[in-house]
Amino acid sequence: MSAVVNGAGKLVSWVDDRVTTNNWLKRNIRKAFPDHWSFLLGEIALYSFIVILLSGVFLTLWFKPSMAHVMYDGAYAPLRDVGMSEAFASTLELSFEVRGGLLMRQIHHWGAIIFIAAMSVHMLRIFFTGAFRKPREITWVVGVLMLVLGITNGFTGYSLPDDLVSGTGMRIIEGGMLAIPVVGTYLSSFIFGGEFPGDDAIARLYVLHILLVPALLLALVTIHLILVWYQKHTNWGGAGTSNETTVGYPLFPVYTAKAGGFFFVVFGVIVLLAATIQILPIWLFGPYDASVVSAGTQPDWYVGFLDGALRIMPNWEFYIAGYPISLNVLVPAVLLPGIILTPLLLYPWLEQWVTGDKRDHHVLDRPRNQPVRTGIGVAFITFYLLLWIGGGNDFVATIFDVPVMWITRFMQVAIFVLPPLTYWATKRICLGLQRRDRDKVLHGSESGVIVVSPDGEFSEVHAPLAEVTAYRLTAHERQAPFELGPETDEYGIPAPRRRGDKLRSRLSKVYFADVVQKPTRDELEMAHHDGHGAAEPHGEIEAGRH
Amino acid sequence: MTISRDDKMSEYTTEATGTELERRRVGDPFPDPGFPESPARLTDTDPKAERRAERQVAGMFGLAAVLVIAFLVFYVIFPIAADEGGVDVGAVRDSNLALGLTLGGSLLLIGIGAIHWARKLMTSHQVIHERHELRSSGETRAATLADFELGAEESGFGRRKLIRNSMIGALLLLPLPAVILLRDLGPAPGGVKKRTIWDTGVRVLKDRSFEPIRPSDLQVGSLVIAMPESYLDLPDHGPVRQNERGKSSVFLIRMPPGEFRVDEGRENWHVDGILCYSKICTHVGCPITLYERDTHHMLCPCHQSTFNLAEGGEVIFGPAKRPLPQLPLAVDDEGYLIAQSDFVDPVGPSFWEMNT
Repeated sequence: MSAVVNGAGKLVSWVDDRVTTNNWLKRNIRKAFPDHWSFLLGEIALYSFIVILLSGVFLTLWFKPSMAHVMYDGAYAPLRDVGMSEAFASTLELSFEVRGGLLMRQIHHWGAIIFIAAMSVHMLRIFFTGAFRKPREITWVVGVLMLVLGITNGFTGYSLPDDLVSGTGMRIIEGGMLAIPVVGTYLSSFIFGGEFPGDDAIARLYVLHILLVPALLLALVTIHLILVWYQKHTNWGGAGTSNETTVGYPLFPVYTAKAGGFFFVVFGVIVLLAATIQILPIWLFGPYDASVVSAGTQPDWYVGFLDGALRIMPNWEFYIAGYPISLNVLVPAVLLPGIILTPLLLYPWLEQWVTGDKRDHHVLDRPRNQPVRTGIGVAFITFYLLLWIGGGNDFVATIFDVPVMWITRFMQVAIFVLPPLTYWATKRICLGLQRRDRDKVLHGSESGVIVVSPDGEFSEVHAPLAEVTAYRLTAHERQAPFELGPETDEYGIPAPRRRGDKLRSRLSKVYFADVVQKPTRDELEMAHHDGHGAAEPHGEIEAGRH
Repeated sequence: MTISRDDKMSEYTTEATGTELERRRVGDPFPDPGFPESPARLTDTDPKAERRAERQVAGMFGLAAVLVIAFLVFYVIFPIAADEGGVDVGAVRDSNLALGLTLGGSLLLIGIGAIHWARKLMTSHQVIHERHELRSSGETRAATLADFELGAEESGFGRRKLIRNSMIGALLLLPLPAVILLRDLGPAPGGVKKRTIWDTGVRVLKDRSFEPIRPSDLQVGSLVIAMPESYLDLPDHGPVRQNERGKSSVFLIRMPPGEFRVDEGRENWHVDGILCYSKICTHVGCPITLYERDTHHMLCPCHQSTFNLAEGGEVIFGPAKRPLPQLPLAVDDEGYLIAQSDFVDPVGPSFWEMNT
């Protein structure tokens, strides 16, 4: 035993003497953590959040959240004697007079970009594998809220340097506020302390950015992690795993080394990005001036879909007794986030209600085995991506050399037409994959070896599946639509909640009516019996029947 | 035989469970073969490979330490001090690159080293743990419920409606002070959004140089960005100037007579084909900049609202609805361009009170 190990042991005993920690440690020190890349996405989000906190604290030591007007006389010569806010001047100071300051600013910004990207992809992973199902609905809701808070904080942080680009972003937000009926003008006046931009906004955004939102995020991260820890990880279905067990490498030492190491990898990659790829050179944009804008500037990627919605919304605005209802702004800036968020937050319960499945689920779905859920997810991605591309319609126009109006017109139609199309296509692809899985299970996998029978018939030899593969392909549950019972029972008493059940039965049919079921034992035996089984020559013409 | 409502419900439940069981009973084709043994790693069987992996891990940690030292050295030898002529941006870039590569490199190597150690050398096998049911046992639940009911009974919460309702009432009112305290975040907007500092006789000044403009200064097809002369009277510090830049900023264009539509009531708003429009987009307030001289189209770079300046600033494309507000122009005694009045239409994004 080395001195380090001995010392650690003593420390553990010292703490245990006082707060009984070994009770907890004993249960958790060899806790199983699954070993699959898809579990790393949430870790990337967590680690980049830590990187953001660390680099953010550094930045606060120099940054002055003040809109007081100063004449710049700092190190960056091209902007000397230019009037600007103290916020912008101190950002210049951080960039040009503090060694490593520019690096920290870029780490902070790259960290934010990766944080939100990792949360988004992690959320998709959770959605497509059904990891949000009971008992993990709270974890899902907390996760969605963290994504919203992350985007909020990304935006507030983007606004703080008070450069030309960030000020324009704030102006657009103010325009969105003004469109809110009745209270819009008041809201804007209260938030900006009078007219836009005023001289209060940055100090106010600052406290949101470094205190309120991070504190909420930290609280939610804690809840999220406690839930993940307590309910234990989900598992991919397959040999040796079940709904009653959890499989993986022990927390100590393997997961400690891997996850600890992965934190450093994420940190390292963010620092290398910050070292090599410049992001938002605010000194080139100059300080904010409400009468100037530079063409072709883009918000951070996660605001792109909202900007795209603002761009492609038709110019609908009407008046009621002289009061404007600006649908051209209200729909994309105010209603759209709600339209996206509400179903996202409620999805676990929506699916639970439709399928009537209230059991605990710890084994993940392969996306193909939930064709409708996967289709819904892909339709959502399509909708989001179209808006996002719409947010860069000027770039798309330049790249493809087409008028920007064509792209806008195309998007206006496409956001309604393409999501149903991709839903349909995805569902068909999933059903096709399910059918292929079923064929594989029944007949084995194609070996590529063609044999000729004495009659001159060509057929392919099918190799039997490995036990583990065959089990993995059939580990999921059979699915059947919710069955609507009889209208009245044998005593003539009508069934309760009939109308809801009818709707549920219809929706449940949408979900499950055409899923391809895994073969039963009988079907498997029949297949072998007919001579279509594994390792048997398999007629091409007959194969068409399956 | 009568049957109580409760019994009925339970019968429905059994029915559902029946289908559920039916669903599962059909017979799975394969039994679970059990968790597969993971194949032995090269480092488990070959001592040479084991030693090599050990050297690799130690090498990565060692190199990480070297990079940390290099970071400290680079911090010192890449100064970014500014002289009379300001800081050398190239030096800042070099410092950024040197510090970033060494710091990032050392972090990355520590991370990869630890993962490599776990993958190649740690001897742990995957473990299978039982899950425990998450809900508490029936007894615990019943006992908790009983305790809760006892507590509720003892408190009299359900019985003493007067106490309960008055408490709920007080608690519901309590957030109001928190809301009202936010009132002084800003003044009531009043009519400020409807007014700018343009007024009768205010001279139109070229932006930045703040020189007055004669009609002859503008060629056909040219575009001049301008501010009102009253802008110069505003205090240098404080937010007022910035606020006015977001509201009073305008641009002048000159079109050949006959090439643009003159609307009723605006016949004398232009001076020899010189028109003045607000620079602030009526969509969400971005400053408009992209002028297409041949078509007299003005495009907002934020969301591509396009205004036809030859047709009274009407929107011909994009999400904006209202035309660009036009400022009525005139010429003063000395031959300089002035405003006839403030804008007649509200400037910038639509807002609730704009027509009142």
